[in-house]
Amino acid sequence: MSNLEKLIEIKDLHISIAETEILKGIDLSIGEGEVHAIMGPNGSGKSTLANVIAGRSGYTVTSGDIVYKGRSILEATPEIRARAGIFLAFQYPVELPGVRTWQFLKSAIDAIRHENGQEELKIRDFDKLLEEKRQLVGMDPDLVRRSVNEGFSGGEKKRNEILQLALLDPSLALLDETDSGLDIDALRIVSHGVNIFKSPEKSVLIVTHYQRILDYITPDYVHVLVDGKIVRSGDSRLAMELEEKGYDWVKDGAGEEVNP
Amino acid sequence: MQEASLIANKYEEDFDNLSSIGPEWSSDLRNKAMDTFREIGFPIQRKGNEKWKYTNARPIVDVEYSSAKFEKIDLDYIKSIAPWHESWINILLVNGYYQETFSDNLPTNIQISNMASSDLDTNIFRTVGGIMDYSDDGFAALNTAFMSDGAIITVPEGENSGIAINLIFFNQGLSDTVNHPRVLITSGANSTVSVIENYVGGSRDRTFTNSVSEIYVGENATVNHYRLMKETDDTYDVGYGRVRIDTDGTFNSRSFFRGCGIGRYDLNVSIEGENASCDLQGLYFTNDAQHMDNFINIDHVRPNCQSNLFYKGILAGKSRAVFGGTVLVRKEAQKTESVQSDKNLILSPYAEVDSKPALFIYADDVKCAHGATAGNIDADTVFYMRSRGIDLEAASRLIIYGFAGEIIDKVEIPELRSYLVESFLSSLPSHRFEF
Repeated sequence: MSNLEKLIEIKDLHISIAETEILKGIDLSIGEGEVHAIMGPNGSGKSTLANVIAGRSGYTVTSGDIVYKGRSILEATPEIRARAGIFLAFQYPVELPGVRTWQFLKSAIDAIRHENGQEELKIRDFDKLLEEKRQLVGMDPDLVRRSVNEGFSGGEKKRNEILQLALLDPSLALLDETDSGLDIDALRIVSHGVNIFKSPEKSVLIVTHYQRILDYITPDYVHVLVDGKIVRSGDSRLAMELEEKGYDWVKDGAGEEVNP
Repeated sequence: MQEASLIANKYEEDFDNLSSIGPEWSSDLRNKAMDTFREIGFPIQRKGNEKWKYTNARPIVDVEYSSAKFEKIDLDYIKSIAPWHESWINILLVNGYYQETFSDNLPTNIQISNMASSDLDTNIFRTVGGIMDYSDDGFAALNTAFMSDGAIITVPEGENSGIAINLIFFNQGLSDTVNHPRVLITSGANSTVSVIENYVGGSRDRTFTNSVSEIYVGENATVNHYRLMKETDDTYDVGYGRVRIDTDGTFNSRSFFRGCGIGRYDLNVSIEGENASCDLQGLYFTNDAQHMDNFINIDHVRPNCQSNLFYKGILAGKSRAVFGGTVLVRKEAQKTESVQSDKNLILSPYAEVDSKPALFIYADDVKCAHGATAGNIDADTVFYMRSRGIDLEAASRLIIYGFAGEIIDKVEIPELRSYLVESFLSSLPSHRFEF
């Protein structure tokens, strides 16, 4: 596969938080239309990877690069990355008291449109779009009128993330433990939203501890992250094998691979 | 700084001059107040002065002021800085003096008079000074001694036309002038009235506005009271609101303060009838070297009453804000429900708020709560917004407007709400949270 077809390439990425190395040389390429899953035990660095791609501050890139659509994005602000089509569905979506969901989403969509040389969306067109996407993710219409995530249940917050994914229509969706804390119905709805988003031009990176969400969103590739390194990559069967044998199985295997 | 004796002499001189032009009915009241002022002076001592603990009145009182006179005005300019709407009754007072030619026609159902008017109903002026106790406050005593004009609003029993009365106290005084506006609102039983009091400045010079408003809420009456302060940076503005609520009465207060040189609003609500309630909500924002002090007292005298006190502050620059809220529940005031809170958004490491909510309960069957917060916006919040494509500046704006919106949304007059969003909030400093 040529470089041009790669949406994002992570090259030997080393990340530290306050002198402690969290990611110890990650190499990962995601092509257009591909769904990748990063699985790993708690503290393996998988959420860090998703957040670093989205541009969260507080991390130091000690070496390596992230190349998105052919350009390094390490120096780009989070909003520039977002406008270029990178979307992070948060593990813990933030409450914004006083900021109406409607207003927040309109500001976001207009910021992205502005970057692409498009005019602000007309209110009527935005309302139509929002209503369409709201129905898609089955969100309560009252919630759209309220302050962003304020007083939402855990499941409603995650659903709101998927509503934003559907509305902002990015090129790369990073799902950071979107499945955690969801009951089976919510998981089904959230997965449905992601599956509709999936297309030959759109790519998805699912970060998860459990195999459960992968029953609903079938990944093309599964990578296992242990202690800041990808220790094994495979297809969706790897996820099932992990579910069966647990992370200790790859941890042992990791030792073998590094020192054959 | 001027010699204290010189300044005192100037007040005496102006008081003598005023005796000949002020309304005759008020001369006893003014003389008594002047005696009190001579006796107690200004509240400038720093030790043991709980009322003025975080606000030093010294800069205000160390100036030798002249009484402000009426100046030529530009009505279009006033309309551009103060709320004004054709569906309201707009009353303009310049430097404390009523301007008939620039004000709307007074309605017949609601009696609105200027205090200096000669045909004032004698029953009304007896009420002036009925709530404002100036015995231990020199500024209020001085206002009473010098009151010469203002607005008197009398709402008859059962009057419910729902019209908004917009009082604009436009301060365009020359340098070192003082004006003492006075307001009296009396609402009859079963009536409803909305009054907006605006204190707006058009002077770039140092001036001093020293106002007193007295409000009687009658039996089963509702008074919706709005107070806006938008003075210039060199202005000192000290205001008093004194409210008395009768049985089943409701007092709703929405106050919006932009900081100035030194701004202070002392609001005291006495709930004196059963099943009455007050809902006091306010927003203050300060920038640069501005100072704003809200000093609020709610006195629960009778049982089965509710009070809500909810203020929010936004502080930038090197500004300082003070919130002192005290709720007193007297022994007889059983079944009182009272909530109090003050929340502050601090945008600069050099800004400071002193927030002191207090609760004194002498009844044993009450539901009361109080609290205060001060904080910045956390990095997660800003990152969340930026990760959706919204840049730092727009994110900051959404957060600040969202914070302020919680109070502005409580304004029930749509045109006033629009004014607050478009003209009042827009004078907030543009700010970027840095992380």
